Amino acid sequence: PAFGLFIFTIARDPLRIIILIAGAFFWLVSLLLSSLIWFIAVKASDPQDERLQKGLLIFGVMFSVLLQEAFRFLYYKLLRKAIEGLVALSEDGCSPISIQQMAYVAGVGFGLMSGAFSMVNLLADALGPGTVGIHGDSQLYFLTSAFMTMVLIFLHTFWGILFFHGCEHRRWWEIAAVVIMHLTVSGLSFCNPLYVGSLVPSYLLMAATAAWAYLLSGGSAQNLRRFLLCKC
Amino acid sequence: MITFMNNSDSEEEPCNERTSLMSAESPPVPSYQDGLQASEAGEEQAHRKRRAGSSRGPNAAGEMSGSAAPVRESALENEEEELTLKYGAKHVIMLFVPVTLCMIVVVATIKSVRFYTEKNGQLIYTPFSEDTPSVGQRLLNSVLNTIVMISVIIVMTVFLVLLYKYRCYKFIHGWLILSSLMLLFLFTYIYLGEVLKTYNVAMDYPTLFIVIWNFGAVGMICIHWKGPLQLQQAYLIMISALMALVFIKYLPEWSAWVILGAISIYDLMAVLCPKGPLRMLVETAQERNEPIFPALIYSSAMMWTVGMAKPDTAPRGPSQQTWDAAEDEREHLRSPSHAESQMSETRSPAPTRPITALDELEEEERGVKLGLGDFIFYSVLVGKAAATASGDWNTTLACFVAILIGLCLTLLLLAVFKKALPALPISITFGLIFYFSTDNLVRPFMDTLASHQLYI
Repeated sequence: PAFGLFIFTIARDPLRIIILIAGAFFWLVSLLLSSLIWFIAVKASDPQDERLQKGLLIFGVMFSVLLQEAFRFLYYKLLRKAIEGLVALSEDGCSPISIQQMAYVAGVGFGLMSGAFSMVNLLADALGPGTVGIHGDSQLYFLTSAFMTMVLIFLHTFWGILFFHGCEHRRWWEIAAVVIMHLTVSGLSFCNPLYVGSLVPSYLLMAATAAWAYLLSGGSAQNLRRFLLCKC
Repeated sequence: MITFMNNSDSEEEPCNERTSLMSAESPPVPSYQDGLQASEAGEEQAHRKRRAGSSRGPNAAGEMSGSAAPVRESALENEEEELTLKYGAKHVIMLFVPVTLCMIVVVATIKSVRFYTEKNGQLIYTPFSEDTPSVGQRLLNSVLNTIVMISVIIVMTVFLVLLYKYRCYKFIHGWLILSSLMLLFLFTYIYLGEVLKTYNVAMDYPTLFIVIWNFGAVGMICIHWKGPLQLQQAYLIMISALMALVFIKYLPEWSAWVILGAISIYDLMAVLCPKGPLRMLVETAQERNEPIFPALIYSSAMMWTVGMAKPDTAPRGPSQQTWDAAEDEREHLRSPSHAESQMSETRSPAPTRPITALDELEEEERGVKLGLGDFIFYSVLVGKAAATASGDWNTTLACFVAILIGLCLTLLLLAVFKKALPALPISITFGLIFYFSTDNLVRPFMDTLASHQLYI
């Protein structure tokens, strides 16, 4: 689905593609830094201690989440500057791409990259022989991974919109809400393999975020009804 | 000044796969264009210079401004300014797509065909083996390999520039044709053989012969002569991919990485230093108002004859060509890209309609040009990442994104500086950084996360 989003909404406009790739790049850099921290922490600690390793992992995850949000913020700043440049360039004085579109594209960029990193090795392994969960792990590993990844991609997209909106209007609570939600979702994934604990709340959260982002982008219940009922 | 993407790398291989891509047509073209070129070049230059001043990075929106630009210069000038800026993003995408395609082809082949990851010996350009017991020895050998390779490249480039300077066109064309012949036929044969082997598909020799003959013949025509733009681009991409695969197979591990780094430094120097061979090549071509060898450069909007030359958007008439060619040299990457539809319509030379061509010319955009060597080295980096990294797809993806971002930045700089710029350094640097860091740092992190099914 995320890829479909990409094709239908982004692939037309080259500027959006650039923003997308840049967004993916920023996510990648944040991942790099967070894994650097984690790596250092692991090397500096005792590899035998299970609990410590788990704790470090959790720490790494949280830190990574915070870093991702920090990079989202940086990306926002960069896009603000770029918009000013674009406005100066264009002939009729208004930017060819609005900050909301940028927010959307940036969110998709982040999401795609994170989704790709989460899924692609899994997919490659899935092509080979073998069965899932042979060591007593859950048999639904692939399915749940797929769903979780999808929900994460969508969430990134919505968070992008919310985040940028919050930055635009200086509503710090929106930004804080995004960060907290991200932390929550990551934290929920700790419940795996108890999938009920992680997938269901994530989906609920995603639905809520979707509605929020939709409202922020200017949609309303009326628009939705018109869209669904007739194509005008 | 001259904006040019790095086209030096073609010199690396004595087989001149890349260099051979020059269009064999370049000598006849200038004679055509001598007529109008002086006046046009003058005004075009004025236009360009003004445009150059206000251009920004490739972040300009890719909207098409109004198509009916009046022929008058002042209006044209403003229009062109905006066009240039607007099409910045479009140019970037026009380069993204072929680079992505090339990388995809290389990665797909590496992942599936085993032949290209087996070590079956080395090229003579890398005489030192890497099978040495100690790390220091291996490092030393790889550095020596790099030195040998880079000197070969330098010698080849200087040789080519000298030939070009002294107008030994026949020799150059012959050389290029020979290289592209070899590339198109021999390497394709090997490649096809390996792919068929991998998928256990039987093919008899007559069929093979027919297929390869057709492929090669059409390729030669497309690259060196006229052909549909997309076909030419497709052939150039395939050639770059083949070349990259050869490099990946025959360059030893560490040497490959050191060579990549050294090449980007060389590229930086060769294009930016006043005495750099590449810069001299581009300047000479510009002085003579000739298109640069089409076999060496990928152009996003090519004319049937000029191929590499500047925004060959002047398919119209030879006069337009020269004019455009001259200007394009300057604009090179910066110039707005030609609308391909317009190009295909105006493909056929129309020397009898120079005036109308002029009008259309104003509306056309110029394409950006990227040297084939850049394609090759980008693909080598990504292919090596796919082949040797234990993090598999993560590393490959990371390198891919890094290279694209580097390309973006390079195009941005191009728009700012309006000179020929080396395309390799930024992208390769990013790619190398990301490769090594992803392989060593991110991979354990992601693996651990995946095994616990945690999500960040």
